[in-house]
Amino acid sequence: MNVKAFLLFLLFPFSTMAQGYAGLGGSAEGFNVPQRGYEFEFPRDHGPHPEYRIEWWYLTANLIGADGKEYGIQWTLFRSALRPFESNGWQNPQLWMGHAAITTPDAHFFAERLSRGGIGQAGVESHPFEAWIDEWYMRGDDFDTLSLAASGTEFSYNLSMSATSPLIFHGDQGYSVKSTDGQASYYYSQPSFDVQGVLKLPSGDVPVKGEGWLDREWSSQPLSSDQIGWDWFSLSFDSGQKLMAFKLRGVQQDFTSATWIESDGHSEALPNGVMQFNPLKISQVAGRDVPTSWRLILPDRGLDIEVSAQTPNAWMGTRFEYWEGPVRVSGTHSGRGYLEMTGY
Amino acid sequence: MNGQVIQVLVSHWRRHLLQTITLLIGISLATALWSAVQAINAEAKASYARASDQLALGQFDEIRNPSGNMQLSQYVDLRRAGWQVSAVLDGSMRVGGRYVQVMGVDMVSAPPLPAITQVENVSSPPEPVDLLTAPGRLLIAPELQDVFEDQDGFPPVIVSDALPPGYVLTDIGVAERLLNRSGQVSRLLVLPEQPLGVIPLSELAPDLVRVVPSAQMDTAQLTDSFHLNLSAFGLLSFAVGLFIVHSTVGLAFAQRRGMIRTLRALGVPMQRLVQIVLGELVLISVVGGSIGLVLGFFIAGALLPDVAATLRGLYGAPVEGQLTLRTAWALSGLAMAVGGTLIASGQSLWRLYKMPLLEGPGLQSWLGSTISWRITALVGGALMAGGTILFATVGGLIAGFTMLAGLLTGAALLLPLALSSTVALVSARTRGPVAQWVWADMRSQLPGLSLALMALMLALAANIGVGTMVSSFRLTFVGWLDQRLVSELYLTTNDEEQAKRINEWLAPQVDAILPIRSIELPHETGPLFLYGVVDDPAYRQHWPLIAQTSDAWSQVIQNSAVLINEQLARRSDLWPGEKLRLTPNHILPIAGVYSDYGNPTGQAIVSMSLFEEIAPNTRANRFGIRTKPEGAAELALALRQQFNLPPNAVVQQAEMKNQSLAIFEKTFLITSALNVLTLGVAGFAILTSLLTLWTQRLPQVAPVWALGLTRTELSRLELLRSVLLATLTACMALPLGLALAWILLAVINVEAFGWRLPMYLFPTDWLRLFTLTILAAALAAALPSLRLIRMRPAELLQVFANER
Repeated sequence: MNVKAFLLFLLFPFSTMAQGYAGLGGSAEGFNVPQRGYEFEFPRDHGPHPEYRIEWWYLTANLIGADGKEYGIQWTLFRSALRPFESNGWQNPQLWMGHAAITTPDAHFFAERLSRGGIGQAGVESHPFEAWIDEWYMRGDDFDTLSLAASGTEFSYNLSMSATSPLIFHGDQGYSVKSTDGQASYYYSQPSFDVQGVLKLPSGDVPVKGEGWLDREWSSQPLSSDQIGWDWFSLSFDSGQKLMAFKLRGVQQDFTSATWIESDGHSEALPNGVMQFNPLKISQVAGRDVPTSWRLILPDRGLDIEVSAQTPNAWMGTRFEYWEGPVRVSGTHSGRGYLEMTGY
Repeated sequence: MNGQVIQVLVSHWRRHLLQTITLLIGISLATALWSAVQAINAEAKASYARASDQLALGQFDEIRNPSGNMQLSQYVDLRRAGWQVSAVLDGSMRVGGRYVQVMGVDMVSAPPLPAITQVENVSSPPEPVDLLTAPGRLLIAPELQDVFEDQDGFPPVIVSDALPPGYVLTDIGVAERLLNRSGQVSRLLVLPEQPLGVIPLSELAPDLVRVVPSAQMDTAQLTDSFHLNLSAFGLLSFAVGLFIVHSTVGLAFAQRRGMIRTLRALGVPMQRLVQIVLGELVLISVVGGSIGLVLGFFIAGALLPDVAATLRGLYGAPVEGQLTLRTAWALSGLAMAVGGTLIASGQSLWRLYKMPLLEGPGLQSWLGSTISWRITALVGGALMAGGTILFATVGGLIAGFTMLAGLLTGAALLLPLALSSTVALVSARTRGPVAQWVWADMRSQLPGLSLALMALMLALAANIGVGTMVSSFRLTFVGWLDQRLVSELYLTTNDEEQAKRINEWLAPQVDAILPIRSIELPHETGPLFLYGVVDDPAYRQHWPLIAQTSDAWSQVIQNSAVLINEQLARRSDLWPGEKLRLTPNHILPIAGVYSDYGNPTGQAIVSMSLFEEIAPNTRANRFGIRTKPEGAAELALALRQQFNLPPNAVVQQAEMKNQSLAIFEKTFLITSALNVLTLGVAGFAILTSLLTLWTQRLPQVAPVWALGLTRTELSRLELLRSVLLATLTACMALPLGLALAWILLAVINVEAFGWRLPMYLFPTDWLRLFTLTILAAALAAALPSLRLIRMRPAELLQVFANER
């Protein structure tokens, strides 16, 4: 199997390569498996966990340009381990992949980077914090004040960010269940960054300001073999409240999960089945049918919203393809956010 | 009517079966050698192209360190500055007594190489974890399967036919361990997509250079002269084969004159006759050409493994030992056969076309005359002069070969006049009726034999010329190897730290340790490799200088001069006394020029202290070690064990010499094979000429027989005449051969490789060749002689009855 495809296979086992997923086995092959009741320790846990198979540092931001237009950016670093340890040199079994994108009102630019660990080309240090691959970086003295850069053939950005709220731990204090079979990951977020900086686009430089959301997640087998894709929402409402919600689409049954975050930073985990997800509009994107507009209902909170893609064409045509882009929210609550859809 | 005419014309070939076979053989031989050489060249070129694709050579810009390897950290620094590059580590290692090329690529960032894609697409592909982490996997070319069969200590292998012969492709992490070059990178491929705003290389890493594909070392260019040499040989054989065609067709036409006259008298238009004869020739040439193609394919198949070995050895060029049948090759071979036959028959066809209706069926009319010899000789002289003038004015390899071709063809055209003048001269001084008759008869036979003799002369000259070149080269090369490889052992260490430790360990037990350091500098004639040396008697005594000022070495050691290799001297036309610009600050007088066979690039030598001034940061990890020759093998073994060095980190001088000589022998194996084949073709040409002449000889022999010479005496004289003519031709071939050798050594070699070789003479070789020639001539005359002995007197008497 292609090394690059394999890397993606580890990261997105539910993809078109899902038939091989069972071969990975459960928690065997020496990798650790997330356990309920884990006590996070920082800054250590901002750094990598090589004994787990996969991990990511996932930042998205909704921005407004000085030109008044809405923009979205993505900066992601994935880690994927062939074996559960670190070593120096080329034969280090840790592989790294970076994805970066800018979504403008009418276009979507993206880039991808691959590297292996052990030689200094990519990696993450917990303190002072730095996550990097090639010239892309996300770094700062601590996890609350970060600067961010990435570039592709047609775009680049340089942003600085400062956190305005505490970390949020999803599921059971950061233990996030992903299926009825019990697969789970460690999952926490910094849902609120003030972001400012400059986007470089083919049309010129655009100073921007806005709000960012950083997800941290690691696991060894987050999904069950029956799951084929996911729809993942991170939404910030004008009321100051926030919502993280995802639906893992299974062949037999779907699995949902969500976290409701109050403006004061308090959060509540919503178990499987509470949150309702209904696709409203299907768009043809890159030759596939992708739901670019959704109705989300959370009766307990009186939430009934329509979430629609700001730019339906926000397709990540990377080696493993998926949809990732900024969204607008209307209905009982209004706001903005990011949507990620895989497996279409 | 056409049917009948064709039947009548074809009946000739049926009745003269030997003639038909001769013609077919002539065409086949001409086509066979030519197309064999073409097949070899096509195969080699296809191999280069395939290898370039398979290894992505010449497809990407590359970043290199002119002074040698790069460090892994330099790759990471470039990556971290945004440069999208992929690291490659190249090297060679010894496996089971054979050197294999190792190409280590970063399988995560490398552009898609066919072998990797192929291996990934099989039904049970290797797990990426196995490819990327220890022990890793080796992708090997199919022919290496046997080599790796019984070898321990290597990672598991995967056979891929998408790799050039002799190549091992693996992950760079595996390669650095196999080659014992941890943390090193040979070159970086610049990937096509680069991000916005990367810092220029000149600011980021001024010591690295970016090389565009067109400036990279190209195998096809490197081996061009080698293939041109082969082509020239093929063309020579083709020409020799055409001599056979020419003489056979000429005879067949002459013999059919009577028939044609009758046909014309019966009302067949000349136009139609010529058309039919033309069709007949095309058909024969297609048949002969097809036989030739089959033959050529087998000859090429037999020669290709040696050619492949040579090309690998000389240029590191990967060539498969397997031949594939190509349509273009077959078509062009046939076209050559048809074209060649038509050209060789052109004169006969023209004469047929111009033949007056009532012309008698005389045989002499197709033969040449003294007047036409003068004209051919004039043309010959003009060709020789033209070739020489072209080379003198234009120069270059092609002009060199043109001069060579002019000399050979010119000399061949001069041969009939030279022979007839010689024979006339001898004949005039001969006393006694029989002797006078023999010389006169020989002279009358000359026209019919002259083409065969031309072929013989060309083959002999080629033999002498090429043989002289090869032997001169061998003599020079062996002597040069002895001089040049001054150290008993050559050592390459992993890094400077290791070098230091090894030096400390070695110092008390050896005579001297000579550091070898080099850097690649830009020069107007192409890359120039500058070497630094320390003072050692070994250099002063042995270094093979071909031109020097007095006390050259002392000047070099005192930092006041530079030595350059012959290639650079010839390319830039710089000789002792003139100045070479190494850098803007280092312009040094040239103290001497040394021979440097087998090296395609320019080279210069300065003292180590000056070298350090020019290239202060060059790594010092290569050394020559001077020690007692008899203890060298032991020391090499001890070094390897003591410092855990891979086998090819320590190379013995004797081993290097053997390897170089083996390559050399292989190179000229092909040449000598072609030589023998050409001579064979020429011998056959004489046989056919004698046989075709035979039918016309009876009217001349019969009267002599009637005058009292016995058939045995006559047949002996037949043999003698053939041997005499061959000897005369051989004598004339000798100066031509030596001229050819001189051109090969002093012109072609200089143009093709950049070095000139001294010419040595090998009279014993000539003697052997002469004996062979005489034997061949005697053998060729044996059949007609035998016929004469066995001829019934009645047949000889018949001649008088048949006389008009």
